[in-house]
Amino acid sequence: MSMFKTTCFSAPLLALGLALTSPLAMSQETLESPQLGRKITSSELIELDLIASNESALPAGSGTAFQGREIYAAQCASCHGPDGSGGPANQKLVGGNIKSTEDPVRTVGSYWPHGSTLFDYVRRAMPANAPKSLSDTEVYQVVAYVLFMNGLIDQYKIINADTLLSLKMPNAGGFIDMSASH
Amino acid sequence: MSIKKECELTRLESASAELAVAGNGLLSRRLLLGLGLGGAGLSVASGALGADFDIPAWSKQPGPGPSGYGQPSRFATGIQRDPGRANPLYPGGGASRTPLHQLRGTITPNGLHFERHHAGVPDVDPTQHTLVINGLVAQPLAFDYESLLRYPMVSRTQFLECSGNSGALFRDTAIDGTAQSINGLVSCAEWTGIPLSVLLDEAGVSPEARWISAVGADAASMGRSIPLDKAVDDVLVALFQNGEPLRPEQGYPMRLFVPGWEGNVSVKWLTQIKLSKEPSQFRDETSKYTDTLSDRRSLQFTFPMGVKSIITSPSGKMQLNNPGLYQIEGLAWSGAGSIAKVEISADGGVTWAQAALDTQAGDKSLVRFRLPWHWNANPAQLISSKSLVRFRLPWHWNANPAQLISRATDSAGNLQPTRSQLLAEKGALAFYHFNAQQCWAVTSSGEVKNVYV
Repeated sequence: MSMFKTTCFSAPLLALGLALTSPLAMSQETLESPQLGRKITSSELIELDLIASNESALPAGSGTAFQGREIYAAQCASCHGPDGSGGPANQKLVGGNIKSTEDPVRTVGSYWPHGSTLFDYVRRAMPANAPKSLSDTEVYQVVAYVLFMNGLIDQYKIINADTLLSLKMPNAGGFIDMSASH
Repeated sequence: MSIKKECELTRLESASAELAVAGNGLLSRRLLLGLGLGGAGLSVASGALGADFDIPAWSKQPGPGPSGYGQPSRFATGIQRDPGRANPLYPGGGASRTPLHQLRGTITPNGLHFERHHAGVPDVDPTQHTLVINGLVAQPLAFDYESLLRYPMVSRTQFLECSGNSGALFRDTAIDGTAQSINGLVSCAEWTGIPLSVLLDEAGVSPEARWISAVGADAASMGRSIPLDKAVDDVLVALFQNGEPLRPEQGYPMRLFVPGWEGNVSVKWLTQIKLSKEPSQFRDETSKYTDTLSDRRSLQFTFPMGVKSIITSPSGKMQLNNPGLYQIEGLAWSGAGSIAKVEISADGGVTWAQAALDTQAGDKSLVRFRLPWHWNANPAQLISSKSLVRFRLPWHWNANPAQLISRATDSAGNLQPTRSQLLAEKGALAFYHFNAQQCWAVTSSGEVKNVYV
């Protein structure tokens, strides 16, 4: 028996080959799966699992800001500015204070609550003109450089799965989870 | 003006006064029944067919024969989304909006459904595409497109709205735009697909799972986290849109469809569902799609779209040329269910009248049914909840300035807020989830413009 029944209360029940159209014949409909999912192994999932989060283990590898400086200059600076303060795409990565009385400037340093998000997003979506072109090691290096530009780490701090997840982001406590109120 | 015409206008105006249901010309929905007004000014001397006009060319020669995929009339062109200019620094990114003011009905044609892409439209080959379900499941599974076509599917006619829709109305200055440019990030289609619960069941959800994370196959691998209780309630893996395979810009070959929630969670080009205890904290649920309050804390996972209505005619940048009878028309919807009523004001919200609703009743509509190859029978279901509802109210415009506002109430009793109520609740920094009443001002010269009241 399935764990979650997909039910339909408006569906007339067809039983024993006879259509019963009376409203009294309303019944819950259970949608049966033909069970065509192909079983996949954990080694296949290394390729297929795209998510890096606090709960999903971040991949192996590590990097420092010092190592990431060159990659940032080559791959990121044209849009985000040489120092992360925003370029022609006006995508600031650095600066801002969410608590200031001015219009909030939302950057990695001022707004993003989790370090894992930075790794996950850069790894899958950046650079915008060639996503997924960086190796995991390069992603760690660039992530370290963005954190360094925000003054959150020094340039020799090793960023890997453990150190990134334990890094406390400045606005970590700044969000109200509304998911329970639905 | 002829004496006859003048008499008719006077007659209409005095009748209008009797039929008024609210200020500034709003008339009863039951107008014109038995009052003989329907034909005012319409009596035309009729002659023999073709006697005093040229028979048009298209009536005198055969046209082209049947075609493989029909296109709109060449005279019905100009009904377009507004993709704007490409931004080389944001390749493929951006949005296009549905021309709500040019459409009548509640179903958005597939080519006019609004778009929002984070890295463009991927050219997905369904034979090379996989949907993976993994994480907190008994058995990770991969599904291919051909296999999914054999699964039981349900059809739901429901709206999809971007949470950034109408976001410009949060700003201090009322922009001069159209119903499309201001409100066009909402569309409605019949979505057909497999209840996600069927696929999750097959993988076997672990008891400790509380969230799913959905990821697309686009260049950005756009991802969103969704609570498991919603995912198994009414979420579909949709493969068809208004009967045909999804359009590429709507997620071909498959997308998530999450009824009533902000459009961004209905992840397109769906390629992975991962079950977990906690949300994945994707970029598009932390850095974006969050709203900062006045105290500088930010709301996260604000999923449902609030009750909302907009007047599509008359609407921004339209021009009324002659005083007289008009139909005020619009669309209403609510993420909390169905629309219970829509009211309209023509005097900036001082007096209100109830509009007629075109419901999505199943009478004389197509009904999909399905029957598994063996034993159990599974007829189709009809759901009007979370669909768009069209409303209308007759209005006699007497060339006085007017302020047209609509407000909807949904089946849960939620009344669409005023803009000042919404701003008081969400603060001036908000951007997403604007669902307040909108006002179109009509000047004495007939110009229609977005204003704040």
